[in-house]
Amino acid sequence: MPLKLTEYDKALIAGEHGPAARMAMSIMKRMAEVYQAENMMDITAAHIDSSLFMGDATLEYAERLVKLGAKVKVPSTLNVSGVDKSGLKDWDVPSDWADKSYRQMVAYQNMGCITTWTCAPYQTQYRPEFGQQIAWGESNAIAFANSVIGARTERYPDLLDICAAITGRVPAVGLHLTENRAGNILYTLKNISAKLQENDAFYSVLGYYLGKNVIDKIPVIDGFSVKPTEDQLKALCAGGASAGAIAMFHIIGITPEAQTIEEAFQGKKPDESKEITMTEIKNAKNELTTTKNNKPDIIALGSPHFSIEEFKKLNPLIEKQKCHPDTIFVVSCSREVRDKADKKGYIQTLKNFGGKLTVDTCILTSPMIPKNIKTLMTNSAKFAYYSPGLLGTEVAFGQLKDCVISAIKGKIITDETIWEN
Amino acid sequence: MGKLIQGHPVIPGESEGELLISDQPLSFWGGYDQYTGEIIDRRHPLSGKIAANKILAIPFTIGSSTTTAILLESIRVGKAPTAIITTKKDHFLALASIVADEMYKKPIPILTISEKDFQNLRNGQTLKINKENTIKIL
Repeated sequence: MPLKLTEYDKALIAGEHGPAARMAMSIMKRMAEVYQAENMMDITAAHIDSSLFMGDATLEYAERLVKLGAKVKVPSTLNVSGVDKSGLKDWDVPSDWADKSYRQMVAYQNMGCITTWTCAPYQTQYRPEFGQQIAWGESNAIAFANSVIGARTERYPDLLDICAAITGRVPAVGLHLTENRAGNILYTLKNISAKLQENDAFYSVLGYYLGKNVIDKIPVIDGFSVKPTEDQLKALCAGGASAGAIAMFHIIGITPEAQTIEEAFQGKKPDESKEITMTEIKNAKNELTTTKNNKPDIIALGSPHFSIEEFKKLNPLIEKQKCHPDTIFVVSCSREVRDKADKKGYIQTLKNFGGKLTVDTCILTSPMIPKNIKTLMTNSAKFAYYSPGLLGTEVAFGQLKDCVISAIKGKIITDETIWEN
Repeated sequence: MGKLIQGHPVIPGESEGELLISDQPLSFWGGYDQYTGEIIDRRHPLSGKIAANKILAIPFTIGSSTTTAILLESIRVGKAPTAIITTKKDHFLALASIVADEMYKKPIPILTISEKDFQNLRNGQTLKINKENTIKIL
């Protein structure tokens, strides 16, 4: 069936809503044909990952849209940018990069986007609602919106999210449609203790394992004996969307479209049923670490961006302690969370500890850390997955507590007993 | 030699060049250096190989939404693959080529082929992609 366009869609393409809307809609229409969509549909919010500066092309794209008069039609939050303008003096960002990244930030602001500058938009005041049709970029946020909130978004790539925001239109395909949200593969947790299930590190590892194994299917996980926190589910999303292309998962009894196995699979049979035992979990955990070095040059927290709850957890661990002088300790978060954390005194505790804070971006999306960094330690599967390629570092994975102890000692120390079940 | 594979155009076009292939999916963000064309995902079998100006074959992309931006920038600076072949239609790659067309009039061909045909391709072969979307192994 060929793509059917509404009068509004045709008017956009004809340029009746201005040249920017014409450009956005013509890209959207070509993509709708690639998706083999039959119809276009409305969205009521967007999250723009195109805010990331990846070179002149992304800047030229943003500035061309602005020059053509682009304005977003729906509330559109912004993902991280390429520079922490407020922290330039603390970091070694090349000035050309900083200037161009900032121009790109201004361009998206000029289109009327909301200056959230975060990869965890679901932890801001602009969190979408259950059932809401949205167009989100940022892989971890896509997984979170679909799985944890039950909002509906396809996996939107950079550059297309802004076209959706400008036109308010997307192809009616994929995870926007109920029938495509059913699970494909059933995973049952087997002999994984409640104690481990309560540990944040378990979720980074489980996410990485699922990403590696289901790639882009919808996994359904059964057998939880605890109720994971939102930050734990966030860690699962980040791992699954880095090591794989998970845009949605279900957890029986936990996520909103999976009160029962029946519901998660929409009455169909799973294509496959598998067990996840401690063997799979330990192997996945070991794969996240690539180094045998014992000196952490940098310890990075906050991918996805740290939440206020995570600051609350970190605070007593670093209070009255001092970071080792040879180790950089950095937390990335949004402006909104920084302001909240500041009111609680958490930012002061971080400063007293000798730690650094960065907002609007992170160490993967801005060339801010010194070039001689060899070993990075983190509790994030996303940092662990991407740092070797993007920063050229080796990686050690550990739970939050391990990261803090290692920062104090200047030596990588991980508590392996948590994996002994 | 001279074997013909029928491709299905996602973004049609012609290309000829050396093949770089892996059966492992790839995220271009964190996996592809847009200024050198090097595969930089250190956990990927093609790590260290240069894909610039070659025909790249991977099953599909994974990971970051930023894959599109990386491919676009590499097209702009001339360090992109000349064509990309996948087994599964990949929307991220398609979009990069569409925007490269829109911005710079430089789309690159993106084709899908069957898994069976994919398995018969080998690193280092020279491929010619014709406008009829057939792929000839030279």
